[in-house]
Amino acid sequence: MSVSIHVQNVVKRYGQTTIIPDLSVDIENGEFFTLLGPSGCGKTTLLRMIAGFNSIEAGTILFDDQVINAIPAHKRNIGMVFQNYAVFPHLTVRKNVEYGLQFRALSKQERDERVEDILKTVRIEEYQDRLPERLSGGQQQRVALARAIVVHPNVLLMDEPLSNLDAKLRVEMRAAIRDIQKKVGITTVYVTHDQEEALCISDRIAVMREGVIQQIDAPQVIYSRPFNTFVATFIGHSNLFETTLSGQELRFTPDYSVDLGALLREGAGEGRATTGVRPEEFCLSTSDRGLVASIAKVTFLGRYVNYEIDFKEAKLLPEQASIEFSQDIGTAKTLYKTGDVIRLAVNPEKINVFTESGESLMHGVHR
Amino acid sequence: MKRNAAPRDFWFWTTLVIAALFILFLVYPLFSLFASSFVDAETGSLTLSHYATFFKKKYYFRALFNSMSVTACVTVLAVLIGAPMAYLTSAFNIRGKKTLDILIIISMLSPPFIGAYSWILLGGRSGLITTFFDEMLGIRTPTIYGFTGILLVLTLKLYPFVYLYVSGALKSIDDSLSEAAESLGCGPLKKVFTIVLPLITPTVLAAALLVFMNALADFGTPMLIGEGFVVMPVLIYSEFVSEMGGQANFAAALATIMVVITCLIFLGQKYVVNKKSFTMSALRPMMPISLPPLQNAFAHVFIYGLVFLSIVPQITVIYTSFMKTRGAMFVPGFSLESYTTIFDKLGTAITNTYLFGLAAIAIIIVLGMFIAYLSTRRRNLITSIIDTFTMFPYIIPGSVLGITLLLAFNEPPLVLSGTATIIILAFVVRRLPYTLRSSAAILYQISPSIEEASISLGCSPMKTFFKVTAIMMLPGVMAGAILSWITVINELSASVILYTGGTRTMSVSIYTEVIRASYGTAAALSSILTLTTVVSLLIFFKLTGSKDLSL
Repeated sequence: MSVSIHVQNVVKRYGQTTIIPDLSVDIENGEFFTLLGPSGCGKTTLLRMIAGFNSIEAGTILFDDQVINAIPAHKRNIGMVFQNYAVFPHLTVRKNVEYGLQFRALSKQERDERVEDILKTVRIEEYQDRLPERLSGGQQQRVALARAIVVHPNVLLMDEPLSNLDAKLRVEMRAAIRDIQKKVGITTVYVTHDQEEALCISDRIAVMREGVIQQIDAPQVIYSRPFNTFVATFIGHSNLFETTLSGQELRFTPDYSVDLGALLREGAGEGRATTGVRPEEFCLSTSDRGLVASIAKVTFLGRYVNYEIDFKEAKLLPEQASIEFSQDIGTAKTLYKTGDVIRLAVNPEKINVFTESGESLMHGVHR
Repeated sequence: MKRNAAPRDFWFWTTLVIAALFILFLVYPLFSLFASSFVDAETGSLTLSHYATFFKKKYYFRALFNSMSVTACVTVLAVLIGAPMAYLTSAFNIRGKKTLDILIIISMLSPPFIGAYSWILLGGRSGLITTFFDEMLGIRTPTIYGFTGILLVLTLKLYPFVYLYVSGALKSIDDSLSEAAESLGCGPLKKVFTIVLPLITPTVLAAALLVFMNALADFGTPMLIGEGFVVMPVLIYSEFVSEMGGQANFAAALATIMVVITCLIFLGQKYVVNKKSFTMSALRPMMPISLPPLQNAFAHVFIYGLVFLSIVPQITVIYTSFMKTRGAMFVPGFSLESYTTIFDKLGTAITNTYLFGLAAIAIIIVLGMFIAYLSTRRRNLITSIIDTFTMFPYIIPGSVLGITLLLAFNEPPLVLSGTATIIILAFVVRRLPYTLRSSAAILYQISPSIEEASISLGCSPMKTFFKVTAIMMLPGVMAGAILSWITVINELSASVILYTGGTRTMSVSIYTEVIRASYGTAAALSSILTLTTVVSLLIFFKLTGSKDLSL
């Protein structure tokens, strides 16, 4: 049955190139754990090492307290769901789902019961005698999911299972996956590059970059208190300012600063710091204090209006794709147009301060 | 528990077994052939005298020159016929295109020596056309023997390669490319030369190589129709046959020279094609349009005329197989006596052909699937080497392969000469590539994650291959296997060296009957062979659901 996974000092090399230099992570029993990162960050590599399709150059992977390094993939008792579904095209839906059960000592009766049960759970009962070519992408992915779960695997591994589906189906399927996972209570490792998907589906997320885990935490923590500027900009959008810190006071310009109170960690130090402000963490200043900016471009998004803005005085880190401020349509009094000049204040409870090298200075934030 | 050791799984052992088979049946024989070409038969010492003899004696060197000149002419003519024909049928509306395509494929897949033999029946010394012109009009038609005959037969037999290759390439050119050229102010003729021609050049080169190799290696045609015009395969055969019982070292030297030449041409072509090739796929292929009446008439005459000429041999053999014969001569009237004769005297040839063919195909299918899997999914040093071995049949002419196998397995520890095994072996080596390539092609379309899904569900890699991968590969494998089958039953140049009285096949019998001038029985056998080919081809079309053939 479901297990915890312990990855200890694992290394992955392809010839001379090192994909994962030294990675450790503990995944709890029954947890929905997501590996999130840009393409080429090593997330799929790690997943395939857990599955047994990639060799492990150094380190160990344990299921509970059993080392699985030398166990071949077909004996690890895993369930895997692939990006391209990988449904067997020559077998009917039912035969696909039954496939893994023939390698397990089960009575005919139990086999049938399990199949019936899972076909109902993933809602593909009515298609059970069809061949996969007559199913939509979403239905095929349900078959793949049923096929993986029905064998009662130790862990469920999912490799970008939704990225071949269209936007609407993706939202529907991720809710279905989340529900089914909670219902069967299986430890799940989920790989995706889609931050929105990761945020809404996971118990915990590990953000990866170049084979190194940048931060592991619950979705809301990752979003609101990113451990470094990479996480701050990869998940959601952050405008990065060059600021100076003296005690609890964070100064943006000679006439604008905010008091961070006890939000900073102790001994955060003095001097130059990078501050990340998300587009929704600005508000229109009600006094004559604030950061003056002009509107360069307006994008209307329905619930929000997104503005690309140029700050007059405040200094920004170079090489940022865009500097953005967003306004909630529901509460906005005025909407602006290109060329308008506005004065913005920041919400000191939400913003994040980093060292110049990009690590968080906020209280209680860890990798 | 061992960590990091190469997995000793099913595929590890399969690789080893296949590598061993290739070393025993291909590498070792070839190596001993090359080695024996440097050995003096009487003293057993190392010598270059065989090579010296070849380059000094005009008679021998002449054969190389003949081979190169006739092959070059065939290649140029085949391209000049095949490429324009492909363009005409792709760009313009030609009536009955589908039927024409099938006829072209049939003429291409029938053995070339049937072509030679039919053209002798028509234009030979006492042929139909010759006699007609001589008796009715008193005109002496030019001789069909020698250079002209080889050129005629091989060109008609091989231009279909160019035609099919170029047709395929033209299909992959998206119409938007040609529209883009037009929108930029390029006229229709200029478009052909600046857009279409450069895009199909790599394909034309690939097809030209195939034609060149086939023409160079062909044994049956020059043997039957060449007469005094001796080419390399014929020289190798006659030197080898006349030396049997004595020593075969000189024939080995000739074979080595031949392989060196084909090797160089093959590598040269690979180099050129690699430098110039690009991949295309058309969402909207070229749509044929109608030609103005006059041009339309010319196009139809050109295409129908050529297809008729290509199919003439098949018509001739089937027609003459029903003619009455007296001894070797045809006499007026029809009868089935040619057929009764072959069933009486040559029945074993027919059963041999099917038996050996089926045995070879069974081996080809198994090997083809395994090697295709190893070289696409388990790429490593050994599987890459095996993959290279499988290219050998492209560069080793059939007659050379025949000699190679005979020399290697003529004496203990492994005596195979005169057995059915050695003929099946030659079939497998020569015709494996068709099945191998179509198996590899379909494997590239099957995502590896399908196999991983099966393994993740608890199925071992070996079981996964048989339960999932092999089943999904079947359509591609079968399509290739039918092509292998058609070319196996039509194989002559290796089996003519390897056969003995008990192991003769249909193609060997046709050849020997023609040599004995027993034209009626040869025609009857040819008809059976042609019929088998056509039926197999129809199954192929049914199976693949298309008229596309990749050779």
